[in-house]
Amino acid sequence: MKKASNEPEKNQHVADNEKLESLVYKYGKSLKVDFDEMMTHGQDALIKYHWTPLMRSLGRHDLSELETKHHEARRIMRESGVTYNVYKDPQGQNKTLQLDPIPMLMGQEDWAKIEEGLIQRARLMNFIFKDIYGEQRLIKESFLPPELIFSHQGYHRSCIGLYQDQEQPIFNYTADLARGPDGNMWVFSDRSQAPSGSGYALETRIAMSRVMAGEFRENKVRRLSHYFRAMRSSLAKMGSDRHGDPRIVLMTPGPLNETYFEHAYLSSYLGYTLVQGADLTVRDGKVWLKSIDGLRQVDVILRRVDDSFCDPLELMETSHLGVPGLVQAVRQGNVTVVNPLGSGVVESPGIYPFLANIAKECLGEELLMPCAASWWCGQEKERQYVLDNIDQLVIKAIDRRFTTVFGGALSNNEKDELKEKIKANPYLYVGQERLVCSSSPALVKGEILPRRVLFRSFLVASDGSYQVMPGGLTRIAPDNNSFLITNQTGSVSKDTWVLTDQPDRQRSLLPDPGQVPHPAESESLLPSRAAENLFWVGRYAERTESVVRLLRTMLRKMADFREYGDETDENCLNKILQALTHLTETYPGFVGEDSEALLQKPEVEILDVAFDPNRPGSLLSTMRALFYGAFNVRDLWSADTWRIIDDIGEFVSDIDSKKPGFYALDNHIDNIIDALMAFAGLTQESMSHENGRFMFDIGKRLERGIQVVKLTRSLLTELNSDLEELLNIESLVMSQESLIPYRRRYRLSSSANAAISLMILDENHPRSVAYQIAKLQEHSQRLPNQGLSSLRHKLSDEEKLILKLRTTVQLSEPEKLAEVDKKGTSRPHLEALLDDIDVSLRQISDGLTHRYFSHTDYGRQLTPQVSIES
Amino acid sequence: MRYKVKHTTTYQYEGHVNVCQNMARLTPLTNENQQCLVSRFDVQPAPQTMQSHTDAFGNTVSYFEITRPHKELVITVESEVEVKSRSQKELFSDDMPWDAVSELLKKPLADGSVMVRDYCLPSNLVPIIGGVREYALESFTPGRPIIESTNELMKRIFEEFKYDPSFTTISTPLEKVLKHKKGVCQDFSHLAIACLRSLGLPARYVSGYIETLPPEGEEKLEGSDASHAWFAVYTPTNGWRHFDPTNNLVPADQHIELAIGRDFADVTPLKGVIYGGGAHELDVAVDVRRVE
Repeated sequence: MKKASNEPEKNQHVADNEKLESLVYKYGKSLKVDFDEMMTHGQDALIKYHWTPLMRSLGRHDLSELETKHHEARRIMRESGVTYNVYKDPQGQNKTLQLDPIPMLMGQEDWAKIEEGLIQRARLMNFIFKDIYGEQRLIKESFLPPELIFSHQGYHRSCIGLYQDQEQPIFNYTADLARGPDGNMWVFSDRSQAPSGSGYALETRIAMSRVMAGEFRENKVRRLSHYFRAMRSSLAKMGSDRHGDPRIVLMTPGPLNETYFEHAYLSSYLGYTLVQGADLTVRDGKVWLKSIDGLRQVDVILRRVDDSFCDPLELMETSHLGVPGLVQAVRQGNVTVVNPLGSGVVESPGIYPFLANIAKECLGEELLMPCAASWWCGQEKERQYVLDNIDQLVIKAIDRRFTTVFGGALSNNEKDELKEKIKANPYLYVGQERLVCSSSPALVKGEILPRRVLFRSFLVASDGSYQVMPGGLTRIAPDNNSFLITNQTGSVSKDTWVLTDQPDRQRSLLPDPGQVPHPAESESLLPSRAAENLFWVGRYAERTESVVRLLRTMLRKMADFREYGDETDENCLNKILQALTHLTETYPGFVGEDSEALLQKPEVEILDVAFDPNRPGSLLSTMRALFYGAFNVRDLWSADTWRIIDDIGEFVSDIDSKKPGFYALDNHIDNIIDALMAFAGLTQESMSHENGRFMFDIGKRLERGIQVVKLTRSLLTELNSDLEELLNIESLVMSQESLIPYRRRYRLSSSANAAISLMILDENHPRSVAYQIAKLQEHSQRLPNQGLSSLRHKLSDEEKLILKLRTTVQLSEPEKLAEVDKKGTSRPHLEALLDDIDVSLRQISDGLTHRYFSHTDYGRQLTPQVSIES
Repeated sequence: MRYKVKHTTTYQYEGHVNVCQNMARLTPLTNENQQCLVSRFDVQPAPQTMQSHTDAFGNTVSYFEITRPHKELVITVESEVEVKSRSQKELFSDDMPWDAVSELLKKPLADGSVMVRDYCLPSNLVPIIGGVREYALESFTPGRPIIESTNELMKRIFEEFKYDPSFTTISTPLEKVLKHKKGVCQDFSHLAIACLRSLGLPARYVSGYIETLPPEGEEKLEGSDASHAWFAVYTPTNGWRHFDPTNNLVPADQHIELAIGRDFADVTPLKGVIYGGGAHELDVAVDVRRVE
């Protein structure tokens, strides 16, 4: 080692230290709370050892670099579609989660203690859960007051006795923690039925480890993938106990749920089919997935639907999110649902005062992790304490029937009202001490400042105990005084780095080499509902394209007409406007009785048909349907495809709020076409699911066929002058992106005959009707033949229709179709053929819908009988 | 006394029902008051699956699925039940003051009887609404024995409330019943239960049948009976005691118990979820006959 070469490094080191000191000094001045994650307590606060490398690295550069990283991380998260739907906010349908770029750090020893406390708590919750739905000794022997359990909305009497054979019915457990002034982590809330957030934690980590790759390596951060591997292996084990060939699904309430993104994300990450309640059915006491391959048995359901919504037969009757008979299937031991149905009851903050005693007497252990001091009002002394100290306490319901309030924040009237409510039903209320949480560095308007933090941790059952995710979801308060932190009120999250001495090897979720994946795991099924969505996404995409291209043709024609004022151009423009009405089915529009006036001044109506989101058939409403359809099957799109879909969604809400004028139409049209082309290309290249791709493409082919038929009918079946006909032909081929092949082939002899040949009869031209029919035939042969004999030679009704249609088209002669009637004003043969194609295509669509999607409907309750005897 | 009960439930649908999942509580109980000797459960069309289990209240629940298209569903349950006679005299023995019972139950009870506190809490169909406590207190004066007070409460409901089958639906709110002083057996039972619970006394809902006799000299008509409901109150000395406010009657040997629960929702004789079918009509026929 040469001494000289060390000199610059040493200088660098000194400079780094100076920068670090100044950063820490500024930060220390802003400290407000008693405990800070980064700084030691007291007068001359010092930076803690485990924070030094990160802060030195951040201090080394200008803070604007951190801002850049911040933007980069947000971009990554946005593109992967990390969304958090905020209820009641139409604009917030897909709000990106706010992200703070400075991770929360946890030292090795600190974490070991937290981990131990959390594992014990999960075991304790599991013990209590098993007892409540089993022997109920805790109630009978006065460890828990009966009202606390019996009046909890999450206590489901139909689930009693279901879990006695299971060692660890509580599979996922989540705790919300805050660090108190004493430096200990305190629990202030438990989640035990369908805990959310682990997917956000993972996604945040993926973004942060990309933008802070250097810091991430340098700090030896523990990986999150261990947690997900444990989850997968526990679920697989659970399934194989029941079935040699287990099938695991993730059940979501659907796209309207605030955490739908996470469900879609986790299902792709873990490799499970994402299903909604309507995708499942109970037959013979077993649960089946309604896929386009028919019914397939399900062994394990990882649910993100709340308890009471899971079964309208035995739980909440009005739920449309569940599966009728699910509780019965669990009762018969034919399916495992995790977390188990009924597990919401152990989320009760009312059990806090009783936990230490239960741990001691039943597990023989001291409670390791403290929880926020709580007073359950079902007890007389405790109730009095809560009533007397309401200003200092957070008042919670034992279940979710009221939102949590801080007593001190209420007006006198509200306070009196609350006190009356507590007195009337005391056992429903809990008073909880307000935790003062610690602060941690955050990037606030270009400065590193302390902000209060809350931490959510995730545990999963594994080999008879629990495994804690080494990390979690840290959320920060929006300002230095804020108290309530939830994603619903708009908070900011950050990554959590658990540090270690040992480098932690990254492990992929792919199976280890040599380990053969189970057939059921490798065979991913397409739920009928997902198939139906894909079919419609295909149809809407094609419809959008067809309308937008016609609009472009219309704008060009309009320019021609304005320039020359020629009557032929005018007639031709009117034809296009009428075609627009037919195509979008926005009747009466340009074809109604009073259309004369509209045709004279068409701009308002055109703008309406393009951008009025509330007019059925308008371009914007079709695009919105396209977006929602695609959002419904979020899990099936690649990251890049989703980015395009997201752009389409953005575009729709943008137009909706800005209401652009007619002049802007041209510009928007180009953008839409670009997005659609990118979408078409990506779906062609990277749509993973085979049957899904067929369904999507069948939708596209059907729609394109219908669109070309409609256009041809509006532009070619009625005749005026020869010159106009040539212009109409041009409109037709131009708006179907066929001008170049048309000119190449029929340069010198443009005629109706030629246009019909190209647009209707030519199986080699990708825009022709014949081509769509040929593709339909190809795809329909590859779809699963549900309900038919396994012999492939028997054709389904749709296949027969397609065959017949293809033959009819093949047997048609262009000369005959182009024939004009005696009056010289119409083409009866062409009209007849177009009608035939139109009807057949719609029949094929109905037939497919009936065969593959008919079981996507919802069940209804039977009228129960009443006792009326006198 | 031995009875034969035949309970037939028929659903007729406008269109085809493709799939249905159902739960029935139509098998009579066996307990200290009665013994169910036989119970045959028949469903047409024949279900693909039929399973039964005992629920948290001790009722027998039958689960069945029909997965073939059908336009009519008929469930026939034929049971034979031996009902033990209870003397009226025994009923009033060891009668404790009601307020003492309520106080006693507030304490932790080592013998497991703390579990009856489930029946002191409001339930979905029996909220403790304003007015019920006041109504109850007229009969429950301080120190008055619980059975005596309950007996009077039953009598008052019988006398002050009008039986009116046209008034009720399955979810007639208690407020409405109390305000209009009208209802059917289900409403009267819910009302009595709310009264008792408002005083901190455990009360529960009983569904079942009652033997009816035709007017003098007439033949009893087949299927002319109906399902019935009443309530029970818990006392530490005598356990659950039954009262029928619709008939102002303490069940002695003419009441046959089908199921018990906190309110009607826990004992619904038949419920189900159907796919398809359109509108449907429900017909119920019950026949209770004494076996001589």
